[in-house]
Amino acid sequence: MISSSFDAIIPMLCVALAGLVVLLAEAFRGRDEKMPIGGLAIIGLVGAGAASILLWNRNATSFGVVTADNFSLFVNLVLIGVGILTVMFSSQTIERDGIPAGEYYAVMLFGIVGMMLMGQATDLLVIFLALETMSLAVYVLTGIRREQQQSTEAAFKYFLLGAFASSFFLYGVAFLYGVTGSTSLDRIGTVIAAQSMSGNPMILLGVGLLIVGFAFKVAAVPFHMWSPDAYEGAPAVVTGFMSTGVKAAAVAAFVRVFLSSLEPMITDWAPVLWLIAAATMVLGTVVGVAQTSLKRMLAYSSIAHGGYLLAGLVAGNDVGKAAILFYLAAYALTNLGAFGVIALLGTRERANDDLRDYAGLFKSHPALAVLMTFFLLSLGGFPPTAGFIAKWYVFSAAIGSGYYGLAIIGVLSSVVSVFFYLRIVVMMFMTDRDARPVPAPITTVAYAGLVLSLAGVLYLGVLPTAVIDFAQASISTIF
Amino acid sequence: MLFYAFAGAAVIGSLLVVTQKNPVYSVLALIASFFGLSGLYVLLEAPFVAVVQIIIYAGAIMVLFLFVVMLLNVPREDAAEWDRAHPLYRPMAVRIGGALALLLALELAWALSRTAGLGGGVADQHPAVSSVAELGRVLFTDYMFAFEVTSILILIAMVGAVILAKKKEE
Amino acid sequence: MDGWGGILLLAVIGVGFGIVSVVLSYFLGPRNPTPEKLAAYECGMPPVGDARERQSVKFYLIAMIFLLFDIEVAFLYPWALAMRQLSWPGLIQITVFFSILVVGYIYIWRKGVLDWGPEYDPDYKRPPKPGPAVVKRYRYGTRN
Repeated sequence: MISSSFDAIIPMLCVALAGLVVLLAEAFRGRDEKMPIGGLAIIGLVGAGAASILLWNRNATSFGVVTADNFSLFVNLVLIGVGILTVMFSSQTIERDGIPAGEYYAVMLFGIVGMMLMGQATDLLVIFLALETMSLAVYVLTGIRREQQQSTEAAFKYFLLGAFASSFFLYGVAFLYGVTGSTSLDRIGTVIAAQSMSGNPMILLGVGLLIVGFAFKVAAVPFHMWSPDAYEGAPAVVTGFMSTGVKAAAVAAFVRVFLSSLEPMITDWAPVLWLIAAATMVLGTVVGVAQTSLKRMLAYSSIAHGGYLLAGLVAGNDVGKAAILFYLAAYALTNLGAFGVIALLGTRERANDDLRDYAGLFKSHPALAVLMTFFLLSLGGFPPTAGFIAKWYVFSAAIGSGYYGLAIIGVLSSVVSVFFYLRIVVMMFMTDRDARPVPAPITTVAYAGLVLSLAGVLYLGVLPTAVIDFAQASISTIF
Repeated sequence: MLFYAFAGAAVIGSLLVVTQKNPVYSVLALIASFFGLSGLYVLLEAPFVAVVQIIIYAGAIMVLFLFVVMLLNVPREDAAEWDRAHPLYRPMAVRIGGALALLLALELAWALSRTAGLGGGVADQHPAVSSVAELGRVLFTDYMFAFEVTSILILIAMVGAVILAKKKEE
Repeated sequence: MDGWGGILLLAVIGVGFGIVSVVLSYFLGPRNPTPEKLAAYECGMPPVGDARERQSVKFYLIAMIFLLFDIEVAFLYPWALAMRQLSWPGLIQITVFFSILVVGYIYIWRKGVLDWGPEYDPDYKRPPKPGPAVVKRYRYGTRN
């Protein structure tokens, strides 16, 4: 009832309120009035971050369907970081691209609410609502540059396939509800454990459909078709946002559902996810090598990273859970930084995301080239960056559970992926051609965002113990 | 008996939607299909869902469909030509799609055949929430948070509709 | 299943009335067609062009917004029936739900999505009129 505690939803409430205020501000904005709407968004996000930190170790729950355990709070903090960095990069690009600022930020904030709810929900029905909230926001953001055909096409493809995936997910929820009589993760877990239903075909069907739904959102291999098109067509900042935020939220819910209530069935689903993870890593890497558009290449790279995350999920041990959290943080910072650089180099007419556009970048924008190099090295998993520790952590989790094959595939595909990350670095530093249209001077805020991401990447890479401890503390409270 | 009448209406309606050449006829057939579904909901003792099915699907969503048909206003011949030329109509794509659909149907049949002895599942544990007042009570107590989240969802849809469909300002 | 008999009866009568009227008039009505009679009926005007004209995207937008508010209102019905049982908590919930959507409504209104007439141009200069009358100009519509 209404008297139950509100604590667990405070972070979401902050972001949602910020979204409502932004929307109202936009509604009452004068025709050419400028408003510091991005600032409002940041205030809301910082408030949510503060609330998340204050809720640490309190294990608050609200309404019986939302929890604020340390796991979800860690994911919240990652998502808030993603939100803040995205706002910082957007401050430059939305004006340049003629994107309606108020609506953009409002939809983004509501999308973050959905993402946070994905991590915090403990009921399949609420997870579905969160999934829809998040997805709807991202569909809109993908197509927000309406005058660009590519953007519209990307949004349309993403929407159609996403709607399909959502219905698969819902179908899976229906099967699980049909057998266990509940959508609550706890209840489902106890029913499955008590009645040893792992051979029950209805449950297997439900779990299979859930895997389809989640795998789509994570862009894991048989269900990855949408992501290169959507990532390429969306404005670069939005691509950064969706490749990190959506993935983090989906993985968080994936982990919660499969390692809490479906844990008793791990022998049933682990082989399936093993295959998906291996295929995702290999295909993301191999196809990524052949790309000529940087955005597309990073889209495939992001598919491959989804595979590494799933490897942690397959491992299913404590190291794996903590590794997933660490990986999410490292990947979010790195990928956002990389897409931030791409976004800042674009112009209104042209995205400048072709590989050749990066030739000689070091000559024209030395700082950006150096930043980009670090992000790419981190994506490839070089020390001393965050990507190295994250990958090492995930693979050690896989080995810890005896999945040597998966770890070997992962290491091999990271080695191959180095090829295409380094190709860009070589392009930027060793070639001379510089014929691309010069982008507008980069604002301080956007630069600060890039430097922040770089600081995060290096911090996680050089002094990872604090965050690793933090991640381990996050998983100790649940599961 | 009634079940077969309604289910038949729904299935035939859907088949007509797919096979009609004129998109407006497709839309009308879809309404028939929705009415069949609504009848099924009545049989499942879910009157509220049945009524909502009529009001929202057969009402609002069909209006939307019709407007889209009018908005695009594809002449019939062009549409047929487009159909034939579409890559999804290549025999390979059709075969693979057909095989996957068949696979899904087989899986469902397998699962259903295996669970014959399982008993009612949900029905044993929960009394059906059949009256609308009872539904309201459950919705506003057990599912209150989900209910509030729905409003955010609708709000995003609203904003999204406005930015994606409104005329450009300049 | 109680109470559905009436609805079934209504449906049968509704559909039956339509069928019976058409069939009866087919058999009973005298037929002597003229080109005028065979033409599509359009309020007495001779019909011009195709009935399926391209519609403005505005209709679509309005239909979409109608759909969203339709869903919103559908939630009112179970609440109204359970209102007494739910008492204050229920009222608070429905108020929160509505307030969030009212924000959307305000947004839509202020953005001028609901404006239907020709667009208002605030920079438009009215040609000077003879005479001393001071014409007050009202702001209407929105500034998009």
